[in-house]
Amino acid sequence: MNAPFTPSRRQVLQAAAVAGGGLSLGWRFSGAKASVPGALSAFVIIDANGAIRITAHQPEIGQGVRTSFPMMIAEELDVDWKQVTVVPAPGDRSVYGVQLAGGSSATPTQFERMRRLGAAARYMLVQAAAKEWGVPAGEITTGSAMLHHAASGRSARYADLAEKAAWITPPDVKTLALKDPSQFKILGTRIGGVDNRAIVTGKPLFGIDTRLPGMVYAAFAKSPVFCGKLKSANRAAALAVPGVKGLINIAERRDLKTEIDVGLPGIEKLPEGIAVLATSTWAAMKGRDALACVWEGGDAAFQSSTAWEAAAKKAHAEGPQKPGYMNHGNAPAKLATAAKKVSAEYSYPFISHAQLEPINATAHVKGDKAELWLSTQTPEDARRMVALALGLKVEDVTIHMMRSGGGFGRRLMNDFAVEAAVIAKAAGVPVKLQWDRGQDFAHDWLRPGGWHKLEAGLDADGNIIAWHDHFVSFGKDGKLNPTAVIDGSLFPSGVIKDFRADVTVLPIESTLGWLRAPINNAFAFVTQGFIDDCAIAAGREPLEYRRAVLGTPRAIPIAEEFSGETGEDMKGTPYNTGRMRGVLDKVAEMAGWGRKLPPRRGMGIAFHFSHLGYFANVVEASVANDGSVTVHHVWVAADIGKHIVNLSGAENQVQGSVIDALGAALGQRITFADGAVEQKNYGDYPLARMDMAPPVEVAFLSTDYPTTGLGEPAYPSVAPALAGAIYQATGKRLRSLPLDTSLLTV
Amino acid sequence: MKLNINGKPVEVAADPDMPLLWALRDVLGLTGTKFGCGAGFCGACTVQLDGEPVRGCQTPVSAVGTAKITTIEGLSASAWGRKLQDAWVALDVPQCGYCQAGQLLAAEALLRSTPKPTDADIDAAMSGNICRCATYTRIRAAIKQAAAA
Repeated sequence: MNAPFTPSRRQVLQAAAVAGGGLSLGWRFSGAKASVPGALSAFVIIDANGAIRITAHQPEIGQGVRTSFPMMIAEELDVDWKQVTVVPAPGDRSVYGVQLAGGSSATPTQFERMRRLGAAARYMLVQAAAKEWGVPAGEITTGSAMLHHAASGRSARYADLAEKAAWITPPDVKTLALKDPSQFKILGTRIGGVDNRAIVTGKPLFGIDTRLPGMVYAAFAKSPVFCGKLKSANRAAALAVPGVKGLINIAERRDLKTEIDVGLPGIEKLPEGIAVLATSTWAAMKGRDALACVWEGGDAAFQSSTAWEAAAKKAHAEGPQKPGYMNHGNAPAKLATAAKKVSAEYSYPFISHAQLEPINATAHVKGDKAELWLSTQTPEDARRMVALALGLKVEDVTIHMMRSGGGFGRRLMNDFAVEAAVIAKAAGVPVKLQWDRGQDFAHDWLRPGGWHKLEAGLDADGNIIAWHDHFVSFGKDGKLNPTAVIDGSLFPSGVIKDFRADVTVLPIESTLGWLRAPINNAFAFVTQGFIDDCAIAAGREPLEYRRAVLGTPRAIPIAEEFSGETGEDMKGTPYNTGRMRGVLDKVAEMAGWGRKLPPRRGMGIAFHFSHLGYFANVVEASVANDGSVTVHHVWVAADIGKHIVNLSGAENQVQGSVIDALGAALGQRITFADGAVEQKNYGDYPLARMDMAPPVEVAFLSTDYPTTGLGEPAYPSVAPALAGAIYQATGKRLRSLPLDTSLLTV
Repeated sequence: MKLNINGKPVEVAADPDMPLLWALRDVLGLTGTKFGCGAGFCGACTVQLDGEPVRGCQTPVSAVGTAKITTIEGLSASAWGRKLQDAWVALDVPQCGYCQAGQLLAAEALLRSTPKPTDADIDAAMSGNICRCATYTRIRAAIKQAAAA
């Protein structure tokens, strides 16, 4: 190969990748990948035949990132979307940087970075053309994967110069000019998901679709009570099931906690149990059932929803464990002198991710190497955890990132990857581990339930001057679990100066986790509901009252000392009351707020800020005499900054979040008895269905702020708006989730 | 055991009580049909037997007999199937995409019996199929677009 002026191709490629990334020193090629012809970076490969291959490196869980990120690169590369082929990446941080589907973080952290990757590749192509043609680079224009020099009338395809461009010294990304947004041809348009055709024709895409030569299917019998001990099992009966090939005893492991990305231990403990290996999933599950395992004890055996409910009520009656857990200003003093006091109690249950693709993992362990095929939101975490569990080097664990049949936060955790790896190591052949739906519910990382006893002080005009919450939720050793925090990022802290939160922690051993707009998905119901309570007590109207609560447009810094997990990515981020006012006013206008409605029909309004997005919505619902609730329409106004990356995907995310949240508000609840989750399937954990899905109208306000993510922030404000609509329709305020519509009968 | 799948005779070596879902996925490698709940609640495993949508997880392979099985891999043999697939792509229906095979099989059966479905028809035919991402707005729109195509 002709290499006239650079020390080595590999070094150039490393430099190119680093320059393209701009922010990460780790974005380099391995030696093998460096031999890919036409590779301008790990993300852009231009085939000699003209195909533009763009790598989608983030885990796809339905948030559309396999489409939206390549769009960002393609825009600045200056190619047409139809010229682009999106190719998958393995989980490998050393090449691609952070790969994580969580916290609606991908877009805000990587929007610029992805664009610069595309711009860097375009720069290298332009430089190559300038050299080839002997013309100034500044005179070269691009478009549709073509390079043009108007003065000399020369043109070339990117493909013709890709090989030469790979040798160009990569640019300093700081000097790279990005497109003016007015020139965008791809970003902000409607682009369909890159896998849509494969999805509608049933192609294997998901982790569960993995099939390997010599693979066996596995089911894992483990205690429904977290980490219960195996007392007895009928191994002979299991082995007698046709298709069952063998049983593997799995010992409990408590040494697997490791540093991972998501602010929780990726696996608390590997429970003991018996893995059943078989020739099909069906036979493995039949074998597992035939074991008829008897379990006893378990760290979580004490757990009981009834007991927790009683403990929460007792704490509210008798006082908190941690008075003044959060204390800004002097809420008690303001309450003492308030013209009026308002109090109410709110609560919400544990809920489950209930993602439709049941948990599964395929693993092949060969000597000191392991290879896994995973539906995961955190491939790098899976890699590290498997390496730890098997005693391997991280670089000897390969993660194939498969499409996830839903994530919602469940697949931030990789307990299943460790289970599959441990079983596969013992099996010596490739193993596909499959949980059934009951195990999925039994061993989820749940959104914790919580109880709030609230008191507000109103001034003579009815404005809120003090807010006092006694928050009861779950944790260990007297410490709230990270998924159950109350902190300074949560409205109305900061907006209402005299704000106090007391805390009581109830013990739990079952795993708690992040679930779509974690913490916010519960708090918004409480805070927005209580604002309605205050408005009613003040004799004021909910929309006008909310405007008064927000006050003059201003940026309120989120208190760092209290920034827990919700605040982590918001440090230094203000709560911008003006942006919230913008979406509130917009949604009221969209819905025709204040319209006269028939009897037993009402509208509710709510807003919430989470994951850097400002959302407000109006729900219109009616209540039949038997109490059943029909949601007729939902309007959403959103401010997620200046740009919408993919208008089609964005609208889909918001509509889905809204309907998902309605489903949760109207029926979802996980309960524990005798230590174990009681819900076994969708029959006792109802998800939203077609016949309850209302039209959802979405407006995005473009404001002069950085673009932020959309997978989560549309969810939290839905339940309180629904409760508000029910109140308007019936005069009854439901303060507990799921909403008990039997209370609405007349 | 002989089955007719997507217009082709297929020999299947499976236990008679194995649900069609697992025979398709694990024995025959037709992984387009999805496992969701294993109990008939979610519709992810929807296939058609002689054109009628059924739950693959609730149908023992021995109960299929001579009925013609249509799975997502064979949906494009149907004119309605192709129209639906095109509408699904045109309207960018999927989010995670996991339920969509079942949704499409249910929708194809609906349009064959009711070529111009009302919203109530769509509710009745499609409410057995859960979309956990709740793409219902677009599923409804895509069914209508396919009906109009």
